[in-house]
Amino acid sequence: MAANSANSKQRQKLISDIIINGALFLLVFVWTVPTFGVLVSSFRTRFDIQTSGWWSILPHREWMKVNEFKPDKDLDRDGVMTIKGLQGTFKEFRKGIETPDGTRVTWIGNKRLGRIEVQERRWTMRTDLTLENYTNVLSGKKYALKDAAGNEKIVRGDNFWGAILNSLTVAVPATVIPIMIAAFAAYGFAWMNFPGRKILFVIVVAALVVPVQIELVPILRDYVKLDLNGTFLAVWLAHTGFGLPLATYLLYNYISGLPRDILESAFIDGASHFTIFTRLILPLSVPALASFAIFQFLWTWNDYLVALVSIGSKPDVQVLTMRLAEIVGSRGSDWHLLTAGAFISMILPLAVFFSLQRFFVRGMLAGSVKG
Amino acid sequence: MSSVTFDKMTKRYGDVTAVSDLSLEVKDKEFLVLVGPSGCGKSTALRCLAGLEEISDGHIRIGDRVVNDVPPKDRDIAMVFQSYALYPHMSVYDNMAFGLKLRKTPKSEIDRRVHEAAQILGIEQYLDRKPKALSGGQRQRVALGRAIVREPSVFLLDEPLSNLDAKLRVQTRAEISKLHQRLGTTFIYVTHDQVEAMTMADRIVVIKDGVLQQVDSPQNLYDHPVNIFVAGFIGSPSMNFFDATLTGDAKEMYVDTGTFRLRLSDEQAQKVAGSLGKEVVFGIRPEDINSPDYLPADVKGVRAPATVDLTEMMGSEIYVYLTAGNDKNFIARIDPRAAYHVGEKVEILFNLDSIHLFDRETEKSLLV
Repeated sequence: MAANSANSKQRQKLISDIIINGALFLLVFVWTVPTFGVLVSSFRTRFDIQTSGWWSILPHREWMKVNEFKPDKDLDRDGVMTIKGLQGTFKEFRKGIETPDGTRVTWIGNKRLGRIEVQERRWTMRTDLTLENYTNVLSGKKYALKDAAGNEKIVRGDNFWGAILNSLTVAVPATVIPIMIAAFAAYGFAWMNFPGRKILFVIVVAALVVPVQIELVPILRDYVKLDLNGTFLAVWLAHTGFGLPLATYLLYNYISGLPRDILESAFIDGASHFTIFTRLILPLSVPALASFAIFQFLWTWNDYLVALVSIGSKPDVQVLTMRLAEIVGSRGSDWHLLTAGAFISMILPLAVFFSLQRFFVRGMLAGSVKG
Repeated sequence: MSSVTFDKMTKRYGDVTAVSDLSLEVKDKEFLVLVGPSGCGKSTALRCLAGLEEISDGHIRIGDRVVNDVPPKDRDIAMVFQSYALYPHMSVYDNMAFGLKLRKTPKSEIDRRVHEAAQILGIEQYLDRKPKALSGGQRQRVALGRAIVREPSVFLLDEPLSNLDAKLRVQTRAEISKLHQRLGTTFIYVTHDQVEAMTMADRIVVIKDGVLQQVDSPQNLYDHPVNIFVAGFIGSPSMNFFDATLTGDAKEMYVDTGTFRLRLSDEQAQKVAGSLGKEVVFGIRPEDINSPDYLPADVKGVRAPATVDLTEMMGSEIYVYLTAGNDKNFIARIDPRAAYHVGEKVEILFNLDSIHLFDRETEKSLLV
């Protein structure tokens, strides 16, 4: 009996494992497929994208030409014709008539000058991928491009490279500045006694509820008055302001959870608040700092609105998201360029995420569970 | 090397008084243990001395210097925490050197002191490790080492052994005592464990609810507790108490518990004469209750009947749980040769030389 019930328990566990893993796999698959499609499309030529879907790079069966000939001149092209032992009208042959042995006879071209192809289904993959889309998108200059026929074309690139540099110039300081400020503030709120500490902290946390959108116009007006609009400083300040409440709150939760004894021991050892902060708190808070850094970096990198309002869309300061939005307008049908551009904008966030993901998962829990 | 004086020190948190009116003199080179149940304010007193808490009233002096407003780092003290409070991201060496580096001690001097302390504590081979790679006992030594290298004039230890397992605790207890002898520095040690207090202390301070109860050497504290609390707190199993009345007259005075009557010696009777006829609490330690068949030499006693509820064989002695009269339970430590059985009615013998009498109202001892 005991062995039986243990067995059935094991089986139940196995079944629930299969269900959970299956569901997870399905979710991941559904979420990943479109991204994968974008990735594949960004490597395909313009012609390929327009004539077939990205999935044609996967092995699939396709009608392939095995034979080709000119139709007899004396065929009655308006009536029923017999070609290769098959009967049909012109319309039917245009669609293709299948023989029982698996081949297909298709009329290619117009009624008068067309030709006839004998086709067979064969396994095939379209793997003629190219890096040209990326060269095109990244470059800012005019450059020569050879098309399939070997003719040289002069094309103007989309200058993503410049936009990437601009985005970095925005995102890196907009990540570092708020973290530095918030770490100091969080330490102060957590471990220093000063009048009004609680009220100040409540005010900082309350600032979390103010949406970005309603602050944009007043801030823009101030920037205009201060002659800051269109500068990187403007966007750094804006991101710092919007990021600080959450940063302070997250870091406060983490830093206030550090063991009191360690700090007291350091006090007795003769450390000042500043020494404790730099020598103990910062090294011990690396997980929290890293997780917030990821948050803030992704948010500033992907931001469109704040950047548009505070630095505008002049090409020399334009960030990546703005560049991307612009080519959606100017090259809306050039999917090969749009997908390449989209992927370029994703590479850095992906790299950041994967290299720091262990901090990310831990950091998400930082506020909720102590210990 | 210096003495420590608490002068009417009070510490309040809002309306709660954690330590009230504590006056205490710690002599130079003394090993003083503060003991009491958890929440009694002993740790608070220590933290006030360390400067981690501001005191609400009174003075604290280290040597001749009043340190009320001196920051912790300038009090010339070192503290060992219950949780060890090691810096987790630093090696053992850096943990020990941290305080010295902050004080701008020359490098060669730091090196010398750290290695010396590590040698005393037997942790030389771990100097490069991080705390998480050490066992509890080793971490404890690092914490001690961190205090030693500072060469402070007073060591403060806040329950340093409570995170260790029982065996290691006994071993480390002895090592801390040795360390004290070797360093010849004032040690102030906080614990809730009366065994630690008894074994290590030169003098013990018993605190209850923030109020000092008694300061004395371990033996005196054990033999002459000033009140019921101290009597019950020190010693294991703890002292037995009986509600009783003092009867008889000045010549022949009895402690009457209702089930048995014990005649007091003349000397004792003289001391408690003022309470004749009053209700008292009669206390006696388990080892002062004997089997009449296996009496230690020189014990004069009074016999009384009791019923055996339970016996616990300890090898060197038996703990016998007894009932006298109507549901009055008490414990005796009896010679293991006395074969007592559960349910048996037996006669036991109270050693009259070591009894305690307390006033029922004030709970103070009548015999001191």
